[in-house]
Amino acid sequence: MTQPPARPPLPSDDKRWKLVNATMRRNGYAGHALIETLHSVQDAFGYLDETSLRFVAASLDLPVSKVFGVATFYHIFMLKPKGRHTCVVCTGTACYIKGAGGLIEGLQEHYGIDPGETTADDRLSLLTARCVGACGLAPAVVVDGEVLGKQSADTLVATLEELS
Amino acid sequence: MHLEDLAEQAAQYRNEEAHIEREVRVCVAASCQSSGSLPVLEALKSACDSRGAGSCKVKGVGCMGLCSAGPLVAVADKDCDLNESVLYRDVTPDDAPDIMAGVCGAPVERLRCPTDQPFFSRQHRIVLEHSGLIDPESLRGYIAVGGYAALIRALTEMTPADVLREVTTSGLRGRGGGGYPTGLKWSTIAKMPPGQKYVVCNADEGDPGAFMDRAVLESDPHRVLEGMAIAAYAVGASKGYVYVRAEYPLAVERLETAIRKARRAGFLGAKVADTQFAFEVEIRLGAGAFVCGEETALMASIEGLRGQPRPRPPYPAESGLWGCPTLINNVETFANIAPIIREGGDWFASIGTEGSKGTKVFALAGKIKNTGLIEVPMGTSLRDIIEVIGGGIPDGRAFKAVQTGGPSGGCIPEAHLDIPVDYDSLKTLGTIMGSGGMIVMDETSCMVDVARFFMEFCMSESCGKCIPCRAGTWQMHALLDTLTKGRGTRADLALLEDLCEVVRATSLCGLGQTAPNPVLSTLRYFRDEYEAKLLPDA
Repeated sequence: MTQPPARPPLPSDDKRWKLVNATMRRNGYAGHALIETLHSVQDAFGYLDETSLRFVAASLDLPVSKVFGVATFYHIFMLKPKGRHTCVVCTGTACYIKGAGGLIEGLQEHYGIDPGETTADDRLSLLTARCVGACGLAPAVVVDGEVLGKQSADTLVATLEELS
Repeated sequence: MHLEDLAEQAAQYRNEEAHIEREVRVCVAASCQSSGSLPVLEALKSACDSRGAGSCKVKGVGCMGLCSAGPLVAVADKDCDLNESVLYRDVTPDDAPDIMAGVCGAPVERLRCPTDQPFFSRQHRIVLEHSGLIDPESLRGYIAVGGYAALIRALTEMTPADVLREVTTSGLRGRGGGGYPTGLKWSTIAKMPPGQKYVVCNADEGDPGAFMDRAVLESDPHRVLEGMAIAAYAVGASKGYVYVRAEYPLAVERLETAIRKARRAGFLGAKVADTQFAFEVEIRLGAGAFVCGEETALMASIEGLRGQPRPRPPYPAESGLWGCPTLINNVETFANIAPIIREGGDWFASIGTEGSKGTKVFALAGKIKNTGLIEVPMGTSLRDIIEVIGGGIPDGRAFKAVQTGGPSGGCIPEAHLDIPVDYDSLKTLGTIMGSGGMIVMDETSCMVDVARFFMEFCMSESCGKCIPCRAGTWQMHALLDTLTKGRGTRADLALLEDLCEVVRATSLCGLGQTAPNPVLSTLRYFRDEYEAKLLPDA
């Protein structure tokens, strides 16, 4: 009989780790629950830092390299903290045909950041997504989780400026 | 549980709602929600309450199709479908009192969206038959329209071989894009020795411009679960996974609700409908990788690995998830199963064309008047879809091309619009059905630029496992970039064509093998646009 590996202690007394632990427990600490667990970390903390990747690796008894490999393979996982607000511009075909490029240019011009970057005051992160499935409303953006359709660079900047 | 019990439950629900004569249906699928349908729903509910009218019910329903006109509200007699309802478009919460006043009186003309237009009347709804009619979060609502009857019929009156026979007779082909005969796929897995088998629903709709699966999951999630359970019974599986994109949070939420309710009601779990058949379903979230739509990559992702494909054979039917036989079908394929069992395979086979049976859901997007979802019989011509159902090109511009099949597909020019749409005819045009996204482009679109867009997509979505795809798409993108900027030479164009051939022939999986398609098809039909951008020969 092999003993199950000892679970590492929680990295801190931050309550959010308990959510992460719950996800792993629900999946029986199986290695194939890695992606679910990373989703759970990102939902709780907003991004994946080295501490969390190491903690997940130790908990699921996986090499850190593998955890890091999976975290960097998928587009959704972020290794850097996001700003207070996020603006995801859909770059699917329908949005592209209807002017998603113009939206990104408008934001680049107004905020001086490229997709994947965050403004210096940590206020806004500009991201892109491969089709959010709201093609009927193209060009679409997702601001703080809310899909906004039929955008122009001007309406989008105005919306973002209104955020606190 | 027997069919009679189910019929009793349905009758009971109908009894409870017997006093309701008219329904006000508000679309609460993602697209209309983005246009603000939730406040509209709230406003209508409170307007309904304040009238104290007991004979009218306001409810949230799934997608009604015409996404560009959202938020959509339909007022209809109970049991009447979309075509017989009074449909309102671009509704705001302020319109609620007027709409409620119009429920029993004259309709509100300023908001009307005619339902006798071809967009609605030319459709043939099988997959979407409940979409826009039932509340996607209500299991009882699904049972009331005959839901889960096909599953119980299969479990109590049919053997797995009977189910396989019906599905084979129906001639249903995989709706994910490949078009592999569903009956054949199921039979292969059923023939594998007994033991652990899996059923996987591929809901990783990564094709940009496609949103059919999203709409089905958000509008009628139980339909997909029912199809999966029937499939599991037919092939002898006891465990299922739905691999769904994390970009579709609403679809995930509705699916979770549906699984929970179906399990509690005994349509999933240890003894499904009091028979010996056991079937558990779990959701697995994707994490934003287009390549995970490929079945071997999808399985790797379910196993918690990077979503990288592996060579086939062995096919998943033989060695899939954790080495066990695995059935992978797309959302729309599973959604077709319940009606096939209900009406019989022959009925399904009578719809569509010789080689492609049934209907297909298409997502119309791009430069077209009516953007949204349509379901038409296979064999409907592209011209019908775009000019009649889609309403043609807005702003008086001219049609240029329609892109089907996403990054694996190609562009079809005006000259071929009269072709009937099915798996085989599209292939002869150098494109594919794909999952059913159709993106219409008008004369303002530059086809070289479109080809570059798709190559940029394939380049950044390549998983990097095999060299032809990893390096080939990068090179092709660089060449296309040079060409779009007007700095390319004739030699560059020749090199691009060569590379297309190499990447197509030598890549490991579908992503790389089809990545050159948008380039090849634009070269085939719009070569003059490429040549116009070349530098003059030195």
